[in-house]
Amino acid sequence: MNSTESLIYIIPELLLFTFSLLVLALGALYKNRNILGVVSLSAVGLAALFLFKSHSAPGPLFFNLLSRDSFSQYFCGLTLLCAFVVILISMGYRLLSERYPAEYYFLILNAAAAIMLLVSSNNLLMVYVSLEMLSLTSCILISFLRGDIFASESALKYFIFGAFSSAIMLFGISYAYGIFGTTDLSQISRLLSVGSLNNYAVFTALVFILAGFAFKCSLVPFHMWAPDVYQGAPTPITAFISVAPKIAGFALLLRVFLNSFASLTLHWSGLFTLISILTMTAGNLIAVSQTNIKRMLAYSSIAHAGYILIGLAVGTPLGIRAAVFYIFSYLYMNLGAFACIVLISNSIKSDNIEDYAGCYKREPFSAFFLAMFLLSLAGIPPLAGFLAKFLVFAAAIQAKFVLLAVIAAINSAIALYYYAKVIKYIYLSEPQIKEAVPTPLPLQLALLITLSGIFIIGLYPHPFLRWITALHF
Amino acid sequence: MNFPILSSIVFLPLLGGLIVLLIPKNNVRLIRVTAGVFTFASFLLSSLLLVKFNFSNTAMQFSERLSWIPAINIWYHLGVDGISLGLLFLTTLLSFLACIASFGIDNRQKEYFFLYLLLSTGMLGVFVALDLFLFYVFWEVVLVPMYFLIGIWGGPRKEYAAIKFFIYTLAGSLFMLLGILALYFASPQKTFNILELAANSSTFTLGFQILVFIAFYLGFAVKVPVFPFHTWLPDAHVEAPTPISVLLAGVLLKMGGYGFLRISFPILKGAAHYFAFFFAVMGAINIVYGAYVAMAQTDFKKMIAYSSVSHMGFVMLGLASFTLTGFNGALLQMFNHGIIAGSLFLLVGVLYDRAHTRDLDKFGGLGAKVPVYAGLLSVFSFASLGLPGLAGFVSEFMSLLGGFYSFKLITVISVLGLIITAGYFIYMLQRVLLGPLNEKWKDMADINKRELFTLTPLLIIVVLIGIYPLLALKYQMPALKTLIEQLGGKLF
Repeated sequence: MNSTESLIYIIPELLLFTFSLLVLALGALYKNRNILGVVSLSAVGLAALFLFKSHSAPGPLFFNLLSRDSFSQYFCGLTLLCAFVVILISMGYRLLSERYPAEYYFLILNAAAAIMLLVSSNNLLMVYVSLEMLSLTSCILISFLRGDIFASESALKYFIFGAFSSAIMLFGISYAYGIFGTTDLSQISRLLSVGSLNNYAVFTALVFILAGFAFKCSLVPFHMWAPDVYQGAPTPITAFISVAPKIAGFALLLRVFLNSFASLTLHWSGLFTLISILTMTAGNLIAVSQTNIKRMLAYSSIAHAGYILIGLAVGTPLGIRAAVFYIFSYLYMNLGAFACIVLISNSIKSDNIEDYAGCYKREPFSAFFLAMFLLSLAGIPPLAGFLAKFLVFAAAIQAKFVLLAVIAAINSAIALYYYAKVIKYIYLSEPQIKEAVPTPLPLQLALLITLSGIFIIGLYPHPFLRWITALHF
Repeated sequence: MNFPILSSIVFLPLLGGLIVLLIPKNNVRLIRVTAGVFTFASFLLSSLLLVKFNFSNTAMQFSERLSWIPAINIWYHLGVDGISLGLLFLTTLLSFLACIASFGIDNRQKEYFFLYLLLSTGMLGVFVALDLFLFYVFWEVVLVPMYFLIGIWGGPRKEYAAIKFFIYTLAGSLFMLLGILALYFASPQKTFNILELAANSSTFTLGFQILVFIAFYLGFAVKVPVFPFHTWLPDAHVEAPTPISVLLAGVLLKMGGYGFLRISFPILKGAAHYFAFFFAVMGAINIVYGAYVAMAQTDFKKMIAYSSVSHMGFVMLGLASFTLTGFNGALLQMFNHGIIAGSLFLLVGVLYDRAHTRDLDKFGGLGAKVPVYAGLLSVFSFASLGLPGLAGFVSEFMSLLGGFYSFKLITVISVLGLIITAGYFIYMLQRVLLGPLNEKWKDMADINKRELFTLTPLLIIVVLIGIYPLLALKYQMPALKTLIEQLGGKLF
């Protein structure tokens, strides 16, 4: 399809771009972050409306650069949901009140648009361009508290690690171009199905390309940036970074590895299994000793990336569905947990787990919500996190990856320890009396969305599972 | 569709819990009454089940079945038969009585009763769920409130005990989850239905059965608890507040044994036979080792905790025998131990409330000072050590009889445990009730009405079953007979 015909299928992205410029212009007139926040929210809402009103595109768009199939529609939807909740959280974050609100929302909207392009990419070059766009916007957002020394450190780390892994990926892409003579994913898939290519050469290219995705998903050994960045970034951005790039990274892994390079399954299944085991074990073991809750959640999110990767390592239809469902549940519980952290840090002005002592007394609601999100992350039924883990385990058992399943089970038991540690401080320790501060309305809304999310997904997953089953590339 | 009586029994406590959440936290009286009313309603309904139960029918009764997650064939499926009915009744009874005993909780009552009622729903669900997924959900729902109940209202080392309990049981049950998934994918019709899986038992190869059996064993053995997975139990029991100790000993430990009878044995018949000898050995270790360790304790609660380890050994031995008598003994032992250990924990609580110590060496001569208490403590201790005429004797005797039929030497060793048990219970009675009165306790008050109210029903049951065991056996016998026939065991 040519460019003009394609335009109507990317209205959601166009809306985000337009509104982001509008927010910038409005920022010159209004300094009130809530007005700008509401404008950004409506942008996301409108984009979502257009995304789900239109059918998936009949074929590739923009001369095969993009494809808006039901798969990318799903991941675009997740991205918009994530952006929506993150904007709500941002509107209630104490440190952002006077700092360039217009630029802040501008960047979030653009980052969301970048992810939407990324998950729809059908060409390795398009992947690279939108990946870089995401990296740049995220990098500025991370350093948004620019007076803060941790923020500068984390932005620098993110930038250098990101540039490093992008360079490796670019090398992989050029290698792939050398083999196939094209960067178009559907053509690559066609060439592979014909055969007669050197599988080891293709595999080498894939391993290099994997580096870029692994960075976004924080998979071992490209996970080192996560803890510092999570700690240094403003908490709403931490929430964003912990979810949105993972949506993009896993969507790409699914599209590139399970769709385009599906004929090489045997080759990378073992590699994914290994990375999955390393990622979840490293994440969980290091999380145990953390004292800062943002760092702890950073390691926990690394561990969750490991669980999601199980679905990809298995590579069966159930595995793919499990991974896709996991990302969906993970979005709710992780964003919810960060919303609670913003709320609690508004009054205790600290992210140390020890300062959460007796939190239930001061802020009974946010304490309860945080406990629920942590239990969901720990995989306790009937919350969403349990069902996600259940499906991932199911995929592993079905494909007879028993060792992987057993290691994942042991990891889940370890993970319970550090989630329960936070809950222990919240409910079991004696409170240090401090005044609670009122909860901003947007934060309440964010909590409401995420909490009802983990309960509904956990108790009545039927519609979501049906939706996921119907996805195709 | 008929009145969903099982759902009502299971979810009435949860409904009560949600109502408790709406009551202002200063209105402690109303919170207590609400909790009491809802647990009592659940108890009444389960008593109704005892009346309406059809003895001649060995299939599931009062079944409810609704599609829940059709994508992976998960059903909301409940039902009771002779195996689960007794334990369901026990759970509702203890939930109600321990709720009355909880009226003494003096801080954060609103949270306490909410968690308590949530715990009740989880426990009840375990005994009626017939879908493995649902079973697992209820199984895990028990953990979270239990963690908080021990961790917030417990003794000095409550946090350690709570997290140890939580991680031990979760680690065990995660393996069980893998086992559940393995069964699902191995079954020809891809089902989580316990009954359908049991009917398809013969399609599973022995090697597969053994692996899955081990996975389930790890989940259940932690709960029973079987040596060497028992170390969470003394910590949790000692630190938990009295009503929670009652539920821990009375109900939670039964979940493991019930799991063997409901899931492991019927579904994995070949593996069950394969592990029979192992079960017998573990049973004997539990009985003798538990009794020896109990004897060495100076903490009253710890002594009863280890006596639980010892008593649950009889369940293992009875199951290992593959005889009808042994199975009957094992199931009845679970019921009896729930009643007796529950009462003993209530009695320890009575003493602790007055003396604020559980050190057995610090008491003495209380027999004359608090005669009613002394009488009750003696009766329940005798029941626990297996005095004929009281409930404990019947089930232990049947377990041993069944065990002797299959494993003579191991059973002979196990009988030693009975002697040690008698030893430490009588030694305990001597230290607490007899001898010169410790002057410190000269003002100790005897048992009060509320405490008496919680103990009386339990006392009646202990005596009734002791004198006329058929009262309980007639419920469980037909179902166990069918199970034994399917397993190819001896109808002895």
